[in-house]
Amino acid sequence: MTTITGENITFIEWLQDKLFLGMSFKEYFKKLITPFNIIATLILCVGIPIAFVRFTQGLAATTNLTDNNPWGMWIGVDVLCGVALAAGGFTLGSAVYLFGMKEYHPIVRPAVLTGFLGYFFVVIGLCFDLGRPWRLPYPMFVSYGTTSVMFLVGWHVALYLSCQFVEFCPALFEWLGWKKFRKFVVGLTIGATIFGVILSTLHQSALGGLYLLAAKKLHPLWYTPFLPVFFLVSAIIGGMTMVIFESSLTHRVFSHQISLDHKKFDKLTIGLGKAAAMTLMGYFCLKVIGVAHGDHWHLLGTPMGQWFLLEVLGFVLAPCFLLVWAVRQERAGWVRFAAIWTVIGLILNRVNVSMIAFNWNLPDRYVPKWTEFAVTITIITVGVLTFRWIVNRMPILWEHPDYEPEI
Amino acid sequence: MSITRRQFLGMTGAAGAAGLVGSSVAQAQEHFTGWPDRYGVLTDLTLCIGCRKCEEACARVNDLPPPEPSPEDKSVFDEIRRTDAQSYTVVNRFPNPDPDKPPVYVKKQCMHCNEPACASACLVSAFSKTPEGAVTYNASVCIGCRYCLMACPFYIPAYEYDKALKPRVMKCTMCHDRVKEEGKLPGCVEVCPVQALTFGKRSDLIRLARERIIRNPDKYIDHIYGEHEVGGTSWMYITGVPFEQLGFNMDLGITPYPEFTRGFLSSVPLVLTLWPVFFTGVYLFSRRRNEIAKEEGDSSHEEEAKS
Repeated sequence: MTTITGENITFIEWLQDKLFLGMSFKEYFKKLITPFNIIATLILCVGIPIAFVRFTQGLAATTNLTDNNPWGMWIGVDVLCGVALAAGGFTLGSAVYLFGMKEYHPIVRPAVLTGFLGYFFVVIGLCFDLGRPWRLPYPMFVSYGTTSVMFLVGWHVALYLSCQFVEFCPALFEWLGWKKFRKFVVGLTIGATIFGVILSTLHQSALGGLYLLAAKKLHPLWYTPFLPVFFLVSAIIGGMTMVIFESSLTHRVFSHQISLDHKKFDKLTIGLGKAAAMTLMGYFCLKVIGVAHGDHWHLLGTPMGQWFLLEVLGFVLAPCFLLVWAVRQERAGWVRFAAIWTVIGLILNRVNVSMIAFNWNLPDRYVPKWTEFAVTITIITVGVLTFRWIVNRMPILWEHPDYEPEI
Repeated sequence: MSITRRQFLGMTGAAGAAGLVGSSVAQAQEHFTGWPDRYGVLTDLTLCIGCRKCEEACARVNDLPPPEPSPEDKSVFDEIRRTDAQSYTVVNRFPNPDPDKPPVYVKKQCMHCNEPACASACLVSAFSKTPEGAVTYNASVCIGCRYCLMACPFYIPAYEYDKALKPRVMKCTMCHDRVKEEGKLPGCVEVCPVQALTFGKRSDLIRLARERIIRNPDKYIDHIYGEHEVGGTSWMYITGVPFEQLGFNMDLGITPYPEFTRGFLSSVPLVLTLWPVFFTGVYLFSRRRNEIAKEEGDSSHEEEAKS
């Protein structure tokens, strides 16, 4: 057993070094008592018993799902928003490793970690929603529904999760000091990134493709044959803006770990903002084409139409303009603000497709039960805690002095 | 061993599970016009008296709890019901637009589509359109994603939300086993006291329906619901009161639902084959650019050193 600096130590010391950040258990435990951790504990105290009820009493006890509204918040938010907002991993990964935009290398690891954890917790969220979650591997090994878009989603999310794990592995092995393994997985980076782009293209769009079968249930302003493209393009936007948001948070919270100076970091933020602004403009045009393709202009005057306009003008076009302005003025703070605005817009879009515009004409409307909110918040909390646990230990935000960067 | 079309598709599909098969599946569907001798049921809404004996019989033959409230209790008609986890079929009452005539009772159950949305949605192939016409469900592979409930244009499948361990999707099976193995009629058809339900080959039922409409043009609307809707269904209806006043969705079109995802699934192999080429190209391009930049940098350093 050796430490980062190469000293020989006992197993206990090694454990202390890895798990308790070099502190004794007592010290470590004392340091854990912070306002954030107290709130997180309270959330878990509510969430874990609800999880228990969910898996022992069934979905009826913990959700407001009905036969008319079989997918609620756990699919609409945990899965649809989760996957879209975790797209930063593949967006940044391909920018740095494939397009050769090396200046973004300092933020690629946190983006990949966010992506990996995002998908991981999407699968956890999905397990809450599935009637028989222990059969999750069935579409891979037992029975194949190849005509199903869901089959595609299942396979690709599983494969992509593995891909992201490979991309995350260099940091993990640097932390553990496994140099040979680290060398091996670094060699896989390009392949994993390319495979990840393919899988992301397909499953991000497939999540929109799922709703192609909701032909007469989804409001015509949201239902178009372009739904898969909408989901893919908006996920790329979600990925980039989420990286802006996530990196600004980590730079504040973990500032002691970061060597990148503020000026350089702001430049990266502005660069990402520029890309997000362009993609948002493309997405806006797509949304217009969606309405034109179905010739649904007359629906814009209806209450649902106004809600649609709010989404498209207020949460796509408006943040797009703000981003353009902020990028031209080089105002990184405003780019961050616009990024959060865009993320909210993306969540609004997924909530619209999955809940508000879905079954819009039925009297039986779905409103989530409080326990559904509680589970979602619990999963997000555990996700944040895991992220922090890893960032505090592994070389995510800083570069390990013993290793060459991957590129 | 007889294999269903869906099992056949499943087998071809298993060969390349990651999605390469999307296009071959789509092609296989192209000229399939349905199993030739499949059965169906014709519901004549001008005959139904709303006795709900069909609900009772359905519950009995399918081991479901007896309908609540009992058929004698007419208050059940005060609201429009749908099928749920305890009932494969329900009868609803709609007022007759002609106040001198009795109300219209409409039995609702799975339509047994020719090309079922639920079957095309299922990621574990739990649904099959059998050659006999019924759309059946196999709970032993179901993972409980409920995409079938999402996809069904008729809002038919229901879910056992209150079960934690073995929740199932619940829907009418057109008494597939009863018909096939025991040679009996579906429970509801057998019990109907006024012959509002007719079981038979779908092609014969369409002829029968058309005959009734032609013989009694004043009594019937000239439309067989289910003949063409969503590509045709095994369960069909004829009526004297326009369908739109009886809770039927007239907006579903005649496109079979699997068509809606076919284009997307066909694009999958293209992405799988072209994306690696494109992105590897991009990677090599950016690497080459870096190498050239480095060489130029080196040679300019050399020149600087020389001068």
